[in-house]
Order: sequence, then structure tokens, then C-alpha cells
Amino acid sequence: MGHMVATIASDPAQDRTMILNMGPQHPSTHGVLRLILEIDGETVVRLVPDIGFLHTGIEKTAEAKFYQQVVVLTDRIDYLCPMTNNLCYVLAVEKLLGLDIPPRAQWIRVMLNELQRISSHLVWLGTHALDIGAMSVFLYCFREREELLRIYELVSGQRMMTSYFRVGGLALEPPLNFFPRVKKFADIFPEKVDEYEGLLTGNRIWIDRLKGVGHLNADDAIALGVTGPTLRASGVDWDLRRDMPYSGYENFKFKVPVSKDGDVWARYVLRVQEMRESIAMVQQALAGMPEGPVKAEAPKVVLPEREKMKTQMEALIYHFKIVTEGFTVPKGEVYQAIESPRGEMGYYVVSDGTAKPYRVHMRSPSYVNLQALSKMCEGRLIADVVAAIGSIDIVLGEIDR
Amino acid sequence: MGSLLNWNSAAVQGAAFDRNELSVYIDRAYIREACALLKSKAGVDFFSDLTCVDWHPSEPRFEVVYQLLSRGRKERVRLKVKLMGDDASLETITGVWPAADFFEREIYDLFGVRFLGHPNLRRILMPEDWDGHPMRKDYPVEGYR
Repeated sequence: MGHMVATIASDPAQDRTMILNMGPQHPSTHGVLRLILEIDGETVVRLVPDIGFLHTGIEKTAEAKFYQQVVVLTDRIDYLCPMTNNLCYVLAVEKLLGLDIPPRAQWIRVMLNELQRISSHLVWLGTHALDIGAMSVFLYCFREREELLRIYELVSGQRMMTSYFRVGGLALEPPLNFFPRVKKFADIFPEKVDEYEGLLTGNRIWIDRLKGVGHLNADDAIALGVTGPTLRASGVDWDLRRDMPYSGYENFKFKVPVSKDGDVWARYVLRVQEMRESIAMVQQALAGMPEGPVKAEAPKVVLPEREKMKTQMEALIYHFKIVTEGFTVPKGEVYQAIESPRGEMGYYVVSDGTAKPYRVHMRSPSYVNLQALSKMCEGRLIADVVAAIGSIDIVLGEIDR
Repeated sequence: MGSLLNWNSAAVQGAAFDRNELSVYIDRAYIREACALLKSKAGVDFFSDLTCVDWHPSEPRFEVVYQLLSRGRKERVRLKVKLMGDDASLETITGVWPAADFFEREIYDLFGVRFLGHPNLRRILMPEDWDGHPMRKDYPVEGYR
């Protein structure tokens, strides 16, 4: 968080430009993003993002918690896809522990992650369209997102802060009506995507507002560390799910959409295609869901089943130990990266051999992608800034952490 | 790794391979050149992450950690630079990877490690007039400082 004077060095009184403050309370800044714009008439000369309004010190808090308690913190980083964050963190800790996760747990994780990608993209599409001026798309998107939130509630008890993935597997076996409900959603969802596309893709205003706006070429995207759909829209074919698979993604068949255009339109088309791919992966997961346990065989790390605690002394002891003292993790460090809806989500976890992480660092995709915003907007019209912000799909929770 | 050793063995202080992840310790004077070399010669074409670990009260206190990625070989490499607590500064790599800009500001903000030559080294997450660097281990999690 900075002062405006320190951010823009040149004195606006001396020349023809003007400083305009946008945000942090602006409806189209997707949270509390503040942009300081130096404008010459309608043209943006310089754009400086000012962040930190949502900084809650999650990394610092994580150092004071047991490993299993940090899962709850990871939900709060990117609140549009909490399970993606859960997954990245638990994968990192499981790598430190050297745990093997049963296939059923892995498949459910992948399935839920793809559902999270869809619900996150739905929020993106709804709010992006709202920014551009298409009100009704927002209502359609949130109708489907509502069903997804109910599915998360069904499986984890929570609509948003799910904490469903635990170190060593899942919190619980999903309830019996979970898979039929996901199946029902997956069957109808492609039609719904057609509906959104019917509202937007052929819409003259939508096309004019998006095409040729917020351009970013491949070299700039790589130099600025941009990842995810924004990178792929600039023509770089890179997806961690396919290129460096984790959690059983190698068992799934899916296409990675890539576009060469590098503008806001390309990002829109690409994310819509990603939703279609994700729902196809959910169908694959439902069709091939393996049977078996959803927790690893590691009594010192994984909480025992409720039934066992009532009948077995050891289970009760382990439960008490894990809850009161946590579990220790061997010394070491890992960097685990996964493909979140916004790009490369990376967790760097350092262990000093105790029950609390020595350091947890989150490499959040929005934080890095935001750096590309100036490149997209400078020299362009001020009205296009709103379109560009929407197109990189930032979440301020994970930027400020 | 080999290309780093061939280039300047004085720059490489050590290496570790743990849990399928390669870490290379680089002398702080050479970090920018090491990044530039990996980028141009070794096909390490993507900058993923940059962070810092505070090992207070032991010395060298800070460890600045660079996560780099080779998209061609689908491999990651981690570079680490150790810094003493009373002289926590090193060269910026924003010239090699512009993406490091926000990360270096964040480390400066939260750890107080200075990046020499950074174009805009100001606080990024904490307020401009904040006192202290919250991610340091001697900075309490709660209560008064």
C-alpha cells in the first residue's frame, strides 16, 4: 500500500497528464484492487497497481499452526477455488512426509478440482460480463454456481471454506447422493455453456469491447511470469495438469485450449473452452471412479475413523495425539505447483522437523499475473482497463494473502 | 547444474537433491549472472517463485529462494542465496526476469532484505509507514512488539 505521491513521480501540473485513482472501492476492480492511472485525455499513459488492502498475514499465521490446521487457512487465500488451494498445500505436505494417497481419494480430488475450476470460471464470466455491461449473464452463471456450492456443501458441510482435503486423503467418504448429483450437474452443464455463449459469443457489443483489447504477446507473458489461461491465450502451450501431472491427472484425457491472439477475447474463448474440458473430465472421473479407502494408511498423520475410536484404544490415542500435539514432518523443503483456475499455484513448505511448518510461502497466480496489467493497458483507452482487469481474473485474497 | 559449474565454480557453494527437487546454493555476488546464464544457456525459461526464509537466530540468517522452471525439460531448479543478518542485501534479478519485481518488493517489505538495483523497492503489502518487517522470526505473531 503506497501513497500516490510516491508512486507517480512526475508532477501532473507540469504537463498535460492527469492522475486518476481507481479503487479500492470500485465495483469492477474485483475486490480491493487500487489502480493509479496517469491519463492523457482518454489514453492511459501509466498504470500502477497498489495492493495490500487485504493483507492478513496468512503466511505468518501458518507458522504458528499445526500442519493440519494450516489447511483451514489455505481456504481463505483464493476463496473462489478453496479446494484447489487445499490440494496444493496437502500435496506439498504429503511430499514432505512421503505419503501415498489411495487412488479413490486422488480421483475425488481431481473431480472436485475440476468442479472448482468451473465454479471459479463462472464467477469470472459473470463478473466480467457485468463489468462490460451485460447484466443477465451474471444471473445465469450464478444459477449454476449455486448448484456447485450446494454440491460442495453436500460433500464437505461448507459452501465456500470447505477444508475437505486433508493431509493423507479426504476428510470423509462422500455421502451416497453425492455422485448422482454431480452426474446430474455434469449432464446438463454443457447446455448451460451453450446458453452463455448464445448470450455473448455472437453479441456485437461484446465482440467490439473484447477483440483487440488488452493485448499481451508470448514473450512478455513469459518474462512477466504470467501463467494459466492468460498465458495460454498468448500462444504458450503450457498446462501443469498435462505437463507436470500431479494427483493422478495423468489418468485423464483432456485438451489444453491455446490461442495465439493474446487479447481479452482470446482469454474469454479459452476459459469457456476450459469449462467444457473440465466437465468432460468430471464425466471421466465419475465413469472410472475407483473403489477403496479415501485416507492413507498412516495412523500418526490421518485422523482415525469415528467408529474405530469407539472400539479401539490405539485409534483413540492417535486421535488425541494428532489433535493436541499435531504430527511431526521430517526436515526438508518442497515446492509443489498445481494448475489453479488462474494459473500456477505454488506452495513452498519448509519443515524443521517439528509439528508446525517453519515456513509456508504461497506463489499465487493472481499476484504475478497482475504485473502484466500495465503492459496490457498502457497506451490504450481508459475504458479498456476494466475489460483487461476482468480478463486476467484476479482474486485479491490470494494477491494480498 | 553442469552448466553452472562449468561457468564459474566459485559461484556454486553446494547442491542438494532431496525429494526429487534440486537445490543449488549460489554465492550472493553471482545470483543475477547465474539466473541469466540458466536462462540463456540451460533452457531454464520460466521464473516461478521467489521467497525468503528467516533462520533466526542462526547465521547466515536469511535464505533467499528462487524457483525456476525449464518448460522444455519439465524440470524445476531451486537456487538459494544465504545472507548474513547484518548485511541482508543482494543484487536484483528484475533485469533478467521482470516477473521478480513484485516478489522482491514483497521480500523487502516482509523480511527487510534489500535488492540492490531494483527499480522501485518500496513496501508492497504493508502500509508505507509501517515499522518493522513482519515475516521475520523475531517479530511476534500476536501482541505487542
